[in-house]
Amino acid sequence: MIAYIIRRVLYAIPILVGVNVITFLLFFVVNTPDDMARMFLGQKHVTQEQVEDWKTERGYHYPLFYNMQEEGADTIRKTIFYNKSLRLFIFDFGRSDSGRDIGFDITQRMWPSLAIAVPQLLIGLLVAITFALLIAFFRATYIDYWAVVICVALMSISSLFYIIGGQYVMGKILRVVPISGFETGLFGIKFLILPVLIGIVGGIGSSTRWYRTIFLEEMNRDYVRTARAKGIAEQVVLFRHVLRNALIPILTGVVVILPLLFMGSLITESFFGIPGLGSYTIDAINRQDFAIVRSMVFLGAFLYIVGLLLTDISYTIVDPRVRLR
Amino acid sequence: MNDRTLLFFQFILVCMLTACDSEPWNNPHAGGEESLNIVYSSFSERPKHLDPVRSYSSNEYQFLAQIYEPPLQYHYLKRPYTLVPLTAEHLPRVRYLDAAGEPVPSWRTDEIAYSEYIVTIKPGIHYQPHPAFAKDAQGRARYLELQREDLKDVHVLSDFVHTGTRELVAEDYVYQIKRIASPFLHSPIAGVMREYIVGFDAFRNQAGERYRDQPDAWHDLRELVFAGLYVDDRYTYRIRIEGKYPQLVFWLAMPFFSPMPWEAEKFYSQPGMDERNISLNWYPVGTGPFMLAENNPNLRMVMEKNPNFHGERYPSEGEPQDLGNGLLADAGKELPLVHKAVYSLEKENIPYWNKFLQGYYDASGVSSDSFDQAIQFGSQGDIQLTDRMREKDIQLETSVTTSILYMGFNMLDPVVGGDSERARLLRRAISIAVDYEEYISIFANGRGIPAQSPLPPGIFGHVEGAAGVNPYVYDWVNGELKRKDIRYARQLMAEAGYEDGFDRASGKQLVLYFDTPGAGPGAKAHFSWLRKQYQKLGIQLVIRATDYNRFQEKMRKGTGQIFQWGWNADYPDPENFFFLLYGPNSKVQHSGENATNYQNPEFDRLFEQMKNIGNGPHRMQVIQEMTRILQRDAPWLWGFHPKAFSLFHSWYRNVKPNLMANNVLKYKRVDGQLRETRRAEWNRPRYWPLIILSGVLLVSFVPAVIGFYRRERGTLR
Repeated sequence: MIAYIIRRVLYAIPILVGVNVITFLLFFVVNTPDDMARMFLGQKHVTQEQVEDWKTERGYHYPLFYNMQEEGADTIRKTIFYNKSLRLFIFDFGRSDSGRDIGFDITQRMWPSLAIAVPQLLIGLLVAITFALLIAFFRATYIDYWAVVICVALMSISSLFYIIGGQYVMGKILRVVPISGFETGLFGIKFLILPVLIGIVGGIGSSTRWYRTIFLEEMNRDYVRTARAKGIAEQVVLFRHVLRNALIPILTGVVVILPLLFMGSLITESFFGIPGLGSYTIDAINRQDFAIVRSMVFLGAFLYIVGLLLTDISYTIVDPRVRLR
Repeated sequence: MNDRTLLFFQFILVCMLTACDSEPWNNPHAGGEESLNIVYSSFSERPKHLDPVRSYSSNEYQFLAQIYEPPLQYHYLKRPYTLVPLTAEHLPRVRYLDAAGEPVPSWRTDEIAYSEYIVTIKPGIHYQPHPAFAKDAQGRARYLELQREDLKDVHVLSDFVHTGTRELVAEDYVYQIKRIASPFLHSPIAGVMREYIVGFDAFRNQAGERYRDQPDAWHDLRELVFAGLYVDDRYTYRIRIEGKYPQLVFWLAMPFFSPMPWEAEKFYSQPGMDERNISLNWYPVGTGPFMLAENNPNLRMVMEKNPNFHGERYPSEGEPQDLGNGLLADAGKELPLVHKAVYSLEKENIPYWNKFLQGYYDASGVSSDSFDQAIQFGSQGDIQLTDRMREKDIQLETSVTTSILYMGFNMLDPVVGGDSERARLLRRAISIAVDYEEYISIFANGRGIPAQSPLPPGIFGHVEGAAGVNPYVYDWVNGELKRKDIRYARQLMAEAGYEDGFDRASGKQLVLYFDTPGAGPGAKAHFSWLRKQYQKLGIQLVIRATDYNRFQEKMRKGTGQIFQWGWNADYPDPENFFFLLYGPNSKVQHSGENATNYQNPEFDRLFEQMKNIGNGPHRMQVIQEMTRILQRDAPWLWGFHPKAFSLFHSWYRNVKPNLMANNVLKYKRVDGQLRETRRAEWNRPRYWPLIILSGVLLVSFVPAVIGFYRRERGTLR
């Protein structure tokens, strides 16, 4: 398995380089270093000389990929790409264009993202599995039919609707939780209730349907029929046999998203004023802060690769038949 | 039910009863007695800079102006806007010098080569507590010679145990002006100041060289000579400028000219500070009434009263109506009137507006989304609060902003630009056709007044009534503005050779291009309206929407044709508006703010004359002449001056819109007790729908459970 992991890590390098190059290209197609300087320096009274000074100070005065003015290694070294992107591979995120340490900011802002994402995942998982089991149990009855209809309806509604509707109903009409905001410590729990609840309700439709399908598939297998034939109660069949076996695809599906929980949610964080990594990324895009954008895209890509690797490993743990070579 | 379950339910019941007695559940702020004397406000965008040398936007000034104190400020209540001393003993004395540096009287304008502004600050003003001033028992600075390893337990500024203070001196103001000139600090006003302050460029070069040699080191700017700056004594400094520039006093009321103690710069430049994000840009050091106690722009900014504040009194005079409006109730009281202000990040309008209605913010603007909920128009077209707002005793303040939103013609364009009579007639016809009254009504909910010239109300030179009307676009009928008939505009088009919008020479329909950074569904209605306005003259308007970066590039290169832009006054002087049309300030040739690239030698001559004379009949006459030229040439469709609407709760006192002053927090007062009462009254939780919902959910399981048991106990048939 170690050989497999090493091979996957090596595969990750060209993927990360590719992600970096694409981010770099996309960003600089839309924004020139001049635009970035003007965004930073403001709109009023800014001279071209100030723009040039800003670019020089931050290394944006170099060409993007290839410096024809230089010779030898400097043709590559004295470029924006070399200066701004290569250090990412040793997880040195450097400083944002406004001068702050990005690594420090990430470590500060991942906690609020996790505070929302972890309970959302765990409670959401529990609720969706419970509902899916219930629906599977009442398969082919009116309960199953209406549950599927409700799930499809829930899937069809935009997450923005859940957020605005949730804030309106829970915060404004019922006044049981703050409309938005964030706090640390025990006082902060009340701020988590609404975003977590909305996240669960928003995701419950799709996950319940998916888990229902898994359970139904599992319930038609021979070993379930055998268990029933032995006279085992239906709830025991469901919880002891079906659930255990169905957990394999469920768990592997969850493992892949685990590392991405750090990255936060762009819309939820923005609407609830949560200072997580999602809003950090959105702010950086709005401010045209390339240093943060590239760092966050790189981190996202890296975590996704880690998630896929963990999924593969988790297969070997939950299903002894699988071997990684 | 066993004992343990019973205990659990008892615990839940106790929790619920306790919650009923305490603060509302939906309160987003930490409660308690201390919250009584706090202002609760919000911000929508994190401030980019909190260093006064760089900061130049209102969302940054919201914080910065409460912390840093330039020598002058605007009187809170008086109108027109009046400069008064802040840390200065009195307004700066100005003396004029000839080329040899000898004093000359102000009326011998031809001989004036330099002006000197002499500023004397009040003694006894001290900085807020800060580690940069901390000293040990021997009087040596504790934290100015730190090594990287000394910072191993430091993560934020408050981790420095000791703080200190020192007296504000004239040198600190001079130090800050040197910072403005330092190229590595990127002050946005360096380009303006280099034209005026003597020795600016020479100093800039010196500082730049030092920085290039050692980019990571601290550069003690006190060691570098700045020819136009003098420290006469501990409390007096002089700024020497080229020729006359009376507008300098307005700059002296902006945070750019606040004092900067050299110790603060040295402190923040030590090794290891940067890595911990401990910088002047994050932790300001000022003498103002408040200091930044918490800087978490991703969540909240908290300002607390500066214990070393030098003391200032609430003004005891204002406009005649201020007394009746209760704005002089606190006259003579020591400022600031609140001990803390909490600003929470609110990026979205809907949660922000709802929290205001719940009483969790003291004041709010009125966005388009919430306009209908808050404002209604009376039978006479007058603006009123809706019943819902009145029930909550919410108050409304309106004011015309010192800004303008205009539509500009690129004067370098061969069709709409230039000085030819044909182009002029075309521009005037368009000025009539584009109905800004309609625009204000549709797109700004009536919040604006149509502009007659670049000067908004409140700026010297603005003329109300018939005398102020732009005669090329409006008539004054029965004491009201009336836009000229569209038939007159069509006649102008015909005179210009564009009968019914068709070019007489080529026989083709006239096609014009509107360059805009606006896009998306919100802009569609605007574009459609705009096309219709041009269509009245038979002109086909093509919208060229792009992103803001490309739009700016077009403006810089002069490749746009018609565009919409705006200007917000830096200071209340007509020069700050007319310079937007001053030839040597054109965007294409001189990278200035004259985006239309308008150039009229007569206008430019009058501008140079106007900017150097004091407000009075002579200046008014020159301004009127300049206005007439602009109205005739019509380089802009004058657009409109937006009106600001602000709502505030009855417990929030001393609210008077002041569009020039930013340091207004110190005047605000809150009746905390009333706020607590209202919040509790407005935010009683309604939990019965949740109980019903839970009941319904439980009941909905009943058929399932029955079905389950029936199936379990059923027999095969």
